[in-house]
Amino acid sequence: MTVEIREHPFDPWQTVSEYRSNHLVAGKSGASAVFVGTMRDFNEGDEVQAMVLEHYPGMTEQQLKDMRDQAVSKHDLEDALVVHRVGTVHPGDDIVLVAAFSAHRKAALDACREMMEVLKSTAPFWKKETLAQGERWVERNTPR
Amino acid sequence: MTINVRFFASLRERIGQATMTLDADGITTARDVWKAVSGESPDEEMLVAINKEYAGLDRAVADGDEVAFFPPVTGG
Repeated sequence: MTVEIREHPFDPWQTVSEYRSNHLVAGKSGASAVFVGTMRDFNEGDEVQAMVLEHYPGMTEQQLKDMRDQAVSKHDLEDALVVHRVGTVHPGDDIVLVAAFSAHRKAALDACREMMEVLKSTAPFWKKETLAQGERWVERNTPR
Repeated sequence: MTINVRFFASLRERIGQATMTLDADGITTARDVWKAVSGESPDEEMLVAINKEYAGLDRAVADGDEVAFFPPVTGG
């Protein structure tokens, strides 16, 4: 539950709200840092109509779980949550949710940022964009 | 030696299939697996996983291993 791959559209804000209600001990986390990544309708100067997100079942989940567990341990978090979409997404659809819950803000903010950077560089996901002129693979992520 | 080979994203399209069973002698590393299935030298950016964990091209492979090849990851 702390790491999930979703094949259908999801509402990250509702997911965070439900997770807090169902899994966090009230009064322990003074800080919640949340990152949500959303599909744009443009990339490298072109209009993007849709995108297919592919993953490596089994390896992707394990990579995300290891990343999440390491962040919890390193930053002494109360908890952390990672959710990522696969399948066909459209502009405005949310792709990724990373949330870190901690006693204080620095650990939550640092851990949220770190998990997002680790996810971007190591989690086995690939994007194929649909443009007006055809399809293309996204070859690399933006550096920031 | 039997190796279960998997390809993802643009590499899957280049090879033309998602999985392949390689039954060959003289294979000792992931690099040998790639040469056997593609007939090419590996691209510098290509990533490799053995049994769903990242590995270098020169990591030894064993009978029954799952060896996956894929391009740089672009999630998030």
